[in-house]
Amino acid sequence: MLANVLASSAAATDLAHASAWAVYLVGAAMILTGAIGVVLLRNPVHCALMLVITLFGIALEFIDQSADFLAAVQIIVYAGAIVILFLFVIMFLGVDRREAVAAEPTRFQKPLAIVLGVVALVELLVLSQIDHWVTGTPSQAGTLGGPGDNVQKLGQSLYTGYLLPFEMTAALLLIAVVAAVVLSRRQDPVAGEMPAGAADNAEEVVAE
Amino acid sequence: MSVPGAWYLGLAAILFGIGGVGLLVRRNVLVMFMCVELMLNSVNLTFVTFARLLNDVGGQVAVFFVLVVAAAEVVVGLAIIVAMFRRRAAATADDIHVLKG
Repeated sequence: MLANVLASSAAATDLAHASAWAVYLVGAAMILTGAIGVVLLRNPVHCALMLVITLFGIALEFIDQSADFLAAVQIIVYAGAIVILFLFVIMFLGVDRREAVAAEPTRFQKPLAIVLGVVALVELLVLSQIDHWVTGTPSQAGTLGGPGDNVQKLGQSLYTGYLLPFEMTAALLLIAVVAAVVLSRRQDPVAGEMPAGAADNAEEVVAE
Repeated sequence: MSVPGAWYLGLAAILFGIGGVGLLVRRNVLVMFMCVELMLNSVNLTFVTFARLLNDVGGQVAVFFVLVVAAAEVVVGLAIIVAMFRRRAAATADDIHVLKG
């Protein structure tokens, strides 16, 4: 009886272990496929869709590490808002067809960039091998384990210890919205106030 | 129990490297932006991994703030690209010099 229970719990542990690895591997495959696609594909629309694959892979890895809230936010904010914004701008500007491959002003840039990237990657991996990252210092912001779910702990930490940064992100978002409106406003010379570019054009017209 | 943290950190490092190479190689400003998003996401993955390893909710809070700042950054960056495109009708990195006063 007891042996049966022990065996079944061991099997359950094995199953959990195997499924964690399976989720990790699927997520890693999605992340790498998408990232390489973003770098290599010519059409910006395809790049944006590859970016979605990478973002879903990252969400999978979040779920694998039981960061449930962040996985949901990752999909909602990134795949739902940011990539849509990218696609919207790509379609709006109509840059989805052309890619000026012929105009390559600096010839050594590509090999140099690849060498630099490989050096940075090796450096990161070596650092992660030789250094001892997990210090065992007690947590300041609150622990992740224990009773209560992920959202509750995150919210509690966000609304107590991180309240001021949280309020500042609200201001940041407001500023970003205002900046987007100001920057992408159509600069019409007929309008009352003249933007800098329109004023230049008007002077040229007058000089002519 | 679950996958060791080093695997996630290695994956995040590789993703960061790919994003960095893409940022340096591509000339389309929009795709360069996407590569910046890749790098931000690799850092987010690192944050979540360390949050799990250190049993600290602060890492996940940091990811929350990174998400907000990334959203604001994309909004402003894309607005700049749209404004640049209005003046120049091109969106490669070499056209950014129209930004200088």
